[in-house]
Amino acid sequence: MWLLYLPLVLPALAGLAARPLAALLDPRQATWLLSIGAVALATCSTAALALLAAYAAARSPVLSGLGDYSQQVIRRADPIPNATGAIAGLALAGAAIAVTVLFRNRARALTAAYRHAAGLHSRDGLVIVPGPAIEAYALPGRPGRIVVSDRLLDRLDASGRAALIAHERAHLSGRHYLFAAATRLAAAANPMLLPVARAVDYTVERWADEHAAAVTGDRSLVAETIGQVALLAGPRPPRMPRMSLGIVSSRTRRVSLALAGPVPRRVAALLTAPPPRRILVLAASAVIIGLAALAAVDTAADLHALVEIAQAGQ
Amino acid sequence: MHQPDPRHASDRSAGAGRRAAGTLEAEVLGILRASDGPLTPGEVRDRITGGAQPELSYSTVVTIISRLHDKGLLARQRSGRGFTYTPVDEASLAASRMRLALGSGDDRGAVLSRFVSGLSGRDARLLRTLLAEARDVAASSPDEPTESG
Repeated sequence: MWLLYLPLVLPALAGLAARPLAALLDPRQATWLLSIGAVALATCSTAALALLAAYAAARSPVLSGLGDYSQQVIRRADPIPNATGAIAGLALAGAAIAVTVLFRNRARALTAAYRHAAGLHSRDGLVIVPGPAIEAYALPGRPGRIVVSDRLLDRLDASGRAALIAHERAHLSGRHYLFAAATRLAAAANPMLLPVARAVDYTVERWADEHAAAVTGDRSLVAETIGQVALLAGPRPPRMPRMSLGIVSSRTRRVSLALAGPVPRRVAALLTAPPPRRILVLAASAVIIGLAALAAVDTAADLHALVEIAQAGQ
Repeated sequence: MHQPDPRHASDRSAGAGRRAAGTLEAEVLGILRASDGPLTPGEVRDRITGGAQPELSYSTVVTIISRLHDKGLLARQRSGRGFTYTPVDEASLAASRMRLALGSGDDRGAVLSRFVSGLSGRDARLLRTLLAEARDVAASSPDEPTESG
């Protein structure tokens, strides 16, 4: 019966492993692994919650009457305490609400983006907006658009523009917004998966960076361009005053990236060798996700068997 | 070098300065729309002063044009040391409005893949260090083959 708790524990482990995996793996592999993993683990943990709630609910006289099974048998064999079942039921309801709200909002936002993209006339999918802002983004659509402010284009040379546009095109052709949406939905179902969703936000950026590096043939150019644009766009005021974390300011010492935000990590990754594809890590992760699924299926079979025994005992 | 012509400095107060700013903006926009290609502020001024109206100073024209650019009505391209300007087409105007629409609201911005996310002050320092290190490495090993040069 302890198996039923496994799908509830694994998302926490996945949350801890997400950021190291995102740094270790080839970004494309990492994106797929983390997205499939998040959705699979969210499904399993939701199923586990549903089963816990179902065990508790099976004791209710209304259900035993409807399902024509013996309450005595269920009470004798049922391993789940009532309180656990009630908590699981509440968590399940919360997850259902969170997923519904997020799904509705994200679907609306995507629809709005598609509508806007269809209304934008552009040359080769590129729309240049005037005005003082320094910004560039990919707008999902059919076809999607790349929107860049003219002030930003002014500041970049031809190779920098090529790197920026190749990066944004990779987001559109790889449909990266779908990975982001899938993992956010998973995290809505199980908040322990939130670090996985954040890691995927990072790996899709890395994926697009590596694509831009492949297109332009120059990793350091892409790193320079990201750094240049980020510094042009200006620092964001920190959310809360933070103590000095001992980050190295002298150039002689190795820079610490452990606590850094996504932009410095992307630049650092581009300034080193491209990450290799690691089949072993992938296989190990697949095994762990498989275990969670097995545990959920096994427990479901247990519950089914118990109800059948109880029906026989009626 | 576009220096304001001292000859016109007094004209600004004499004639043009009294004209309403809105009229001037509309006039400049009209000139740019009527033109076949991008214009420099100097060329715009020449076309205004081509008529019977009193002459405008170069700096007045630049002020009007940059105001129009800030409003998102003109696009500019770098040309030599200065800029040339073109009126914004419908597509770009639509993009500006869309940015306003997508920038606000609960989940709206989440579907846009921005090139860079915001930097904290610490990230900015870290980034400068990383880029400086990379440039040092590139400078100290010139014999190593690099794709970009």
